[in-house]
Amino acid sequence: MTTTEMPDTLHRILDYSSRADPYPLYAELRETPVALQDDGSYVVSTYREITDLLHDPHLSSDVRNLSHPMPGAETGATPAFINLDPPEHDRLRRMAMRHFGPPHTPGLVTGLEPDLTAIVGRLIDDFAGKEQIDIVDDFAYPFPVTVICHLLGVPREDEPTFRLWVNDIINSIDYDPRTDPKEKLDNGVQARQALRQYLGGLLEQRHGRPGDDLLTRLANDDGPDGRMTDEEIISTANLLLIAGHETTVNLITNGMLTLLRHPEVLQRLRDEPGLVVALVEELLRYEPPVHIIPWRAAYSDITVAETVIPKGSQIMLMLASGSRDPNRFHDPDHFDPDRRDNQHLGFGSGIHLCFGGPMARLETQIALSELARRLDGPSLVADPPPYRRSPVLRGPIHLHIEQT
Amino acid sequence: MTSADTLRAFKRDGRIVVVGASLAGLRAAEALRDEGFTGSLTMIGDESGEPYDRPPLSKQVLTGWVPADGTTLPRRRDVNAEWLLGVPASGLDLATNQVRLADGREVPFDRVLISTGVRARPWFVESEAALDGVFVVRTREHAEGLQRALAAGPSRVLVIGAGFTGSEIASICRERDIPVTVAELAPAPLVGALGAMIGEIAADMQRAHGVDLRCGVKVTRLEGDAQGHFRRAHFDDGSTVDADVAVVALGGIRNTEWLRGSGLAAGVWGIACDTGCRALDLNGLITDDVFVAGDVARCPNPVYEYRLISLEHWANAVEQAEVAAHNMVSGQADRWPHLSIPLFWSIQFGVNIKSVGVPTFADEVVVTQGSVSDHRFVAAYGYRGRVTAAVSFNNAKWLDHYRQLIETAAPFPPPCPTPDQPVDMKPVPVDFPGPVLLAQGATVVVTGHDPGERRVTAVQQHR
Repeated sequence: MTTTEMPDTLHRILDYSSRADPYPLYAELRETPVALQDDGSYVVSTYREITDLLHDPHLSSDVRNLSHPMPGAETGATPAFINLDPPEHDRLRRMAMRHFGPPHTPGLVTGLEPDLTAIVGRLIDDFAGKEQIDIVDDFAYPFPVTVICHLLGVPREDEPTFRLWVNDIINSIDYDPRTDPKEKLDNGVQARQALRQYLGGLLEQRHGRPGDDLLTRLANDDGPDGRMTDEEIISTANLLLIAGHETTVNLITNGMLTLLRHPEVLQRLRDEPGLVVALVEELLRYEPPVHIIPWRAAYSDITVAETVIPKGSQIMLMLASGSRDPNRFHDPDHFDPDRRDNQHLGFGSGIHLCFGGPMARLETQIALSELARRLDGPSLVADPPPYRRSPVLRGPIHLHIEQT
Repeated sequence: MTSADTLRAFKRDGRIVVVGASLAGLRAAEALRDEGFTGSLTMIGDESGEPYDRPPLSKQVLTGWVPADGTTLPRRRDVNAEWLLGVPASGLDLATNQVRLADGREVPFDRVLISTGVRARPWFVESEAALDGVFVVRTREHAEGLQRALAAGPSRVLVIGAGFTGSEIASICRERDIPVTVAELAPAPLVGALGAMIGEIAADMQRAHGVDLRCGVKVTRLEGDAQGHFRRAHFDDGSTVDADVAVVALGGIRNTEWLRGSGLAAGVWGIACDTGCRALDLNGLITDDVFVAGDVARCPNPVYEYRLISLEHWANAVEQAEVAAHNMVSGQADRWPHLSIPLFWSIQFGVNIKSVGVPTFADEVVVTQGSVSDHRFVAAYGYRGRVTAAVSFNNAKWLDHYRQLIETAAPFPPPCPTPDQPVDMKPVPVDFPGPVLLAQGATVVVTGHDPGERRVTAVQQHR
């Protein structure tokens, strides 16, 4: 028995009141690994079933394959590769990777280390004299934004402008027509257009110019796959700009929150700096920044856990629930930075495995190491802290701390 | 003493000997310590250095990117073993539980793990094999010698055998802009492992990269000059090729000769064992204290009709070693079967080739995803209507799905459409001799009449 109608658990998870601790609800959800919802969508919450689906070529990332259209889907715009299937996905991701990672640009991420450390250092310097520090506004947000702006070639001073658009876009990702005002959706659609227009303007200045930032390189460099069209570059930049900081903010903030809740681990991090690598992996499992992949489509009928998901169905993958599945991880609700065999779903899996994963890892490792090293007896002002609205990209909206 | 007491005492004070100190041996040793074995551990290896990794030898080492001595295997933990290196084992006495070394020493054990692997099959004429410029590639020294020869800028390299190693070496030569001729007995490269359809693609890749590929020919003679340097190869069609370097890439020979007379079911086909990695004796009886892992093991796989299959795969060596180690220090009820689905990869001509399952266990093959002409696709293999293997070219991230199809005996060809699917998804014959081939070579003679006297003698053949 794998399919029952269980609308309540999912809606309780999506409800804001569960944001601080959705994990007991995930446990409830896992009792039915593949759960049909009353709107015909399927929620998948167990590790094995999620990984099976993420590796299944019948699972489409292209919402145009849904039998009921996604609310607020952009019409006409070229989707970013995260929302495309092979071969288009593969081609665009490969072209973007040429400028970001191995084999053509192998040292980019590791080469950023001194810059990242310097940015982190300056942000922590600015804590001086403050009675309370907001880990989000004073640190975890400005850090990855500065990095992704530098990397893409987006002016840092434009951040207040695109911040508003990104907020509206993030807000609309989990739009629920049953409970949300249509305004939320419309704002998202408008914000997408505005952000595209903004990036298009930046791109226009880059054609025919030398430069090392990603926008300039995408605009001017030919690889074996040729050159991206302007539309494709804008979609790619759009994706990297949003995904390049929205998720890392939460990973760093969730990380600091977890360390403050586990002072013995915070102390260990000060004493054994090498611990940070395994610690960040455990964070990606235990308090990941991406909780849900809300929009995948069944390209054909898909059988998973003896349930047939009909072609065209919407599938929601509950990544954070899968990473706490006791059938996969020993004592999954225990935060254990020494955990081995930690193949978490923090970055997803399969062909859409997080493009920026290596950078997010490095940013978070440096951020948490330096916070641990330089903060003096930090403590939480409120536990739980206030959370952001989104159940998909989950994290505190503020994390106030005091030092002794 | 109960059996639990005996086991506890063995884990505390027992003596384990590992014969074969390469990947499987090292990983088994680490796993034994992880499992809480605190007794004495002896590692026996015929090479003098520390265990090293072999896949880079035909890849990164030959490009000159990584030095041959830069492939030492990382130690995942301290194994606290006695290392007897540089001397091969020469015999196994199961009556007295001792391993004999070539220098006459004898090493006693309570349990022994055999992971002696394979060695390169040398050129069949010894005097020609000894010519300067003739290489095989199996060890670090081999790779180092060949890398030096390639760095010297040879006028042409001849690669004999277009399996994975031969094809990788040809690819490196082209990457270094060295003219290369590949001679292959089969109609195309990789045919023995992946069948005719993939073979044709591999042949196209080689030719597109400027390899002088000659298939369906046999090299009959390697000719040297007065200084004893290789200069020319003669083919059975009467043609010749002039080259300074010849690489003999004709596969491996399992290192089992030292077990002759031991009573184990060991021969050219490997050492037969059960899925728990316990060696079988010649009569097919399970031994209690002899375990096998890695390239030299020949293990039944329930997914493939329980046929005994030996695999020269990196992942198989690691996984089998871990199962063997666990079983060596566990009681009967806690033993694990080695059931992992085989996995293999290669990099050549800019293409990442990866396979899951046993492609030779198939009668049909079909391209299920991607585009053959772009050299990025997945092909599924089927045997009697179920999926048994898959091969990807530059598309490896999908293989977990095919592993699941294999494990669940999913129907072949896979029925549902996927994005990026070829228009014509028609299975074609795989063109192997079929699974029959897997069982070749294990020849024995049965003697005796009464159940109490029936025994097996091996018909030994090593070639």
